Amino acid sequence: MIRDITLGQYFPGKSLVHRMDARVKIVLTFVFIIFIFIANNLPAMLLMVGMVLSAMLLSGISVRQYLKSLKAVIIVVALTSVLNLFYGSGDILVQWGFLTIRTGGVINCIFIAVRIISLILFSSVLTFTTSPTDLTDALERIMKPLKIFHVKVHEIAMMMTIALRFVPTLLEETDKIMSAQKARGADMESGGAIQRAKALIPILIPLFVSSFRRAYELAMAMECRCYRGGEGRTKMKSLHMTTLDGWAIAVSSAACVGVALCVMLLPSLF
Amino acid sequence: MSEVILETKELTYRYGVGTPLEQVAVDNVNISIRRGEFLGVIGHTGSGKSTLIQQLNGLMRPTSGQVLLNGNDIWAEPKKIRAVRFQIGLVFQYPEYQLFEETVFRDICFGPRNMGLSEEEIKERALGAAEFVGLKTELLEKSPFELSGGEKRRAAIAGVVAMDPEVLILDEPAAGLDPQGRDQLLDQIRSYHQQRGNTVLLVSHSMEDIARVADRALVMNRGKAAMLDTVQQVFSRRSELENMGLRVPQITKIMSLLRAKGYPVNEGALTVDEALRDLLPLLRERGCVR
Repeated sequence: MIRDITLGQYFPGKSLVHRMDARVKIVLTFVFIIFIFIANNLPAMLLMVGMVLSAMLLSGISVRQYLKSLKAVIIVVALTSVLNLFYGSGDILVQWGFLTIRTGGVINCIFIAVRIISLILFSSVLTFTTSPTDLTDALERIMKPLKIFHVKVHEIAMMMTIALRFVPTLLEETDKIMSAQKARGADMESGGAIQRAKALIPILIPLFVSSFRRAYELAMAMECRCYRGGEGRTKMKSLHMTTLDGWAIAVSSAACVGVALCVMLLPSLF
Repeated sequence: MSEVILETKELTYRYGVGTPLEQVAVDNVNISIRRGEFLGVIGHTGSGKSTLIQQLNGLMRPTSGQVLLNGNDIWAEPKKIRAVRFQIGLVFQYPEYQLFEETVFRDICFGPRNMGLSEEEIKERALGAAEFVGLKTELLEKSPFELSGGEKRRAAIAGVVAMDPEVLILDEPAAGLDPQGRDQLLDQIRSYHQQRGNTVLLVSHSMEDIARVADRALVMNRGKAAMLDTVQQVFSRRSELENMGLRVPQITKIMSLLRAKGYPVNEGALTVDEALRDLLPLLRERGCVR
């Protein structure tokens, strides 16, 4: 039950997207998300949607998984697009009491839905095709210039790696503790809100205790391996850019230039 | 002795039904456990022991098949499954990680309190349970997190014993304890069984432990109940057990090797004491021992 929860799930594979350098993937995802919001007319938007769909296709992961990742945000999408329906100028389409729907509102509604959905899909392509370790490694490398501002880049990346590593462990532990307390007759299904919150105490306390225990053990194990922060630390798996990444950057830049041209030359829909 | 208390009928459990990772953990198991017996459960890691015992007390719902307690299907009324868990107490592996209360005493009371007993009865049962597992009274008012590893283990076991279940299931209760603590704990479990006359199931990887305390043994292999017989009978099938990645107690193996070499010893010896009874006269005969 509790194990079904997935966070930034990674599907191992050997597709073109999988083989790309994680740094390139992160930067491109970031750029794409910006351009989704820059695109303000139909050709530009179609170009971006085309990029999303081709990235999804190239990742070799089934569409069903992408739909699953959309399921979580469907309410947000619906809510924001319905709200946007009532803003905007243009001809009145429907008038109902104080609510008016104008043509601009309909365009707003569609654009915002497409934007949020593409945003989620782009980030899903990234997390589905990049292992958490690669992801944090790449983030560490990308954020390295922030060191001049005394940002502890390595420490942040290490904390992220550890947090990601322990999510499944803690879920499993929660499952075990829940079973053990249920075996002693703990009742978690019935009662009101307060009673249910109280029923969580026998689970949360052992969970906290074991998290601290694990933290001590991990700290000890890291010290035993002479861990002393990021200074002068080398990587077992260093990230490499290949011609594949060159192509990805070239194609993506072309798409972005296309979007920019559309935005500059064609009239905006807003 | 022969009255059946707990029974499984074509019990099957599958993990991940409908996904490519579907796996049968418990495969068509039909066993009957007798009232008042001490049953050892052995099996290789991943043989389905843990899944089996969690189905026996209703923590896991079988994919198909039934678990019968005193002849009634425990899932006949899913809303009453909690009552089943009070009758079939399950002590998980490393139970000390489930302690949470401010004092040891209050933690032992958690189970009986969930049963809705009167304060007096709760207290009586908790004290009784603490005594059974050999927890000293001065420890009861301490925080469970101040206890030593072995004491924590005892406190956690007491938490289940205090519910006074008809069947007590223990999953590797002695794992990680020192040899002395291990022997002590097993002795206490055995005396609990003898004094209360309740049914006890003990899951263990140690064949020596099973040989020492259990009446009968259930052998699980790849999700199936491979054997269910008296300990003597089970351990006499050495080659079959070894094929399943299990073994017989060391002393049993030594005795059977001696017998194969032509010495007049009894093959069925399960403990060192039993073996000594055979070996001492033999050694005296040869003049090795006076």
